[in-house]
Amino acid sequence: MSTPNKSQRTVRFSLITLLKTYLLRHVQVFFYSLGQLLRHPFSLFMTAAVIGIALALPAGLHVLLKNVQQLSGEWDRTTQISVFLKSDINEQRAHTLQQQISRFPEVENVHYISKQEALDEFQRLSGFGDALKALKHNPLPSVLVVQPLITLDEKNISNQLIKKLQQIKDVDIAQRDEQWIKRLYAIIDIVRRGVVLLSIMLALAVLLVIGNTIRLAIQNRRDEIIITKLIGGTNAFIRRPFLYTGFWYGLFGGFIAIFLVSISLLLLNGPVTQLTSLYQGSFNLTNISFMTSTTLLISSVLLGLSGSWLTVGRHLRDIEPR
Amino acid sequence: MIRFSNASKRYPGGHDALLNINFHLEPGEMAFLTGHSGAGKSTFLKLIALIERTSRGQVLVNNQNLSKLKSRNIPYFRRNIGIIFQDHQLLFDRSVFDNVALPLIIAGYPRREVGKRVRAALDKVNLLNKEKAYPITLSGGEQQRVGIARAVVNKPALLLADEPTGNLDPELSRDIMSIFEQFSQVGTSVLVATHDLDMISRLPYRILGLKQGQLVKDTKIDTMQGSIS
Repeated sequence: MSTPNKSQRTVRFSLITLLKTYLLRHVQVFFYSLGQLLRHPFSLFMTAAVIGIALALPAGLHVLLKNVQQLSGEWDRTTQISVFLKSDINEQRAHTLQQQISRFPEVENVHYISKQEALDEFQRLSGFGDALKALKHNPLPSVLVVQPLITLDEKNISNQLIKKLQQIKDVDIAQRDEQWIKRLYAIIDIVRRGVVLLSIMLALAVLLVIGNTIRLAIQNRRDEIIITKLIGGTNAFIRRPFLYTGFWYGLFGGFIAIFLVSISLLLLNGPVTQLTSLYQGSFNLTNISFMTSTTLLISSVLLGLSGSWLTVGRHLRDIEPR
Repeated sequence: MIRFSNASKRYPGGHDALLNINFHLEPGEMAFLTGHSGAGKSTFLKLIALIERTSRGQVLVNNQNLSKLKSRNIPYFRRNIGIIFQDHQLLFDRSVFDNVALPLIIAGYPRREVGKRVRAALDKVNLLNKEKAYPITLSGGEQQRVGIARAVVNKPALLLADEPTGNLDPELSRDIMSIFEQFSQVGTSVLVATHDLDMISRLPYRILGLKQGQLVKDTKIDTMQGSIS
């Protein structure tokens, strides 16, 4: 090194100063990239909306699935056992049985549906009223609807109860209709797997969208990149604003996704409540939880960062001063 | 400061842009590089700034062998060179101050230091009153001076200028040249590529002539012929 240029080499700053400068620089670029995006709010919104919609789909399905699981969980615990009595027993015997069973320690209560009540209900709900009138006698059996104690979770205990009921004289069939719950669970499993697959595909779509947007941004700033390289900018320095741009796209996209999911669930809540009330139930859709929202935001931001990382890495190599 | 030993550059396709160049620029020396377009002036500068690498031979800058410099170290190497372009290469979306500050920001200078140095550099090119202006509002000569301020702001040991007066009238060109002279006087090596023979012939500096990729003229060697060979 020649002496006249000593000044350039002798400049040294303390590590703290350099670190502070570095962090400050990051903060500056962080907000600078936001400022750049906000200069064109419409195109920012367009890109963020695409990301938001792509993420809202799997997130919304996930929340719905959670609701269904919660609902079916309740059904599972409150499964009733239907005890069909033999057709030839009379009203009095049925009442005796009702009282006998309700004294079982594992039984919460027993509801008696007589032959006539069953027929009336069937006539009312099925719409076959006139056809049923043509029947000479009532084909329906009397039913005791046994409600096991809520605490009766374990399968074998409720199976024992069924066996016990089965053994009572005059009982035709005692059955817990759990087949449909098993089927429901199988369906939920399929849907859940579908949601995972859908999430993966849409995450890839988000990566591509962000990658493409960043690619265009790089092309627009090609001259600036070349100049920066010529005056000693490292690839890390040039990459930084684009990475933060990806971060912002991810963040805004995530917020839009949360917004879309919340709005959709709010809109669905009314009809769902109406539907469940038709089944004598009351059920409110649980909206997107804080945990799910946070996860959604984090994954959206990570997708934004990795999308731009992949693109910037590839395109910066192509842009060299000539 | 710069030493070419048998340096050649052949571009893909077989075109020889430079052939067996031998040349040495002392620290603090100022020299002009002349020749018709296509003679290899740009390639000459590109080899020094590591925009291109030699096909054969060696280029040493600051005693550093450029053919051995790894690609990832190029940015750090370039921070020791100030480059001035014919078309200024300013960023039009930011102010004069921000343009000049860019090399310092890249090198990670603390904020206070940046302000001080940018103003010092703008002062040297007489543009202190324009720091908040945007390049688009400046004249050609002023834009070129911003380019120079940016090139010298981190006090590089070497200044390269590619046709810095190409678009300027003679009077402005003279101004620009005198700025280069000032830097050379404080110890910066300056190498200016230009085809403005008229102007440089009136200046007392070394002139290198390129013709079809070969160094055909070197006023320093011509005058000291005996002692060199």
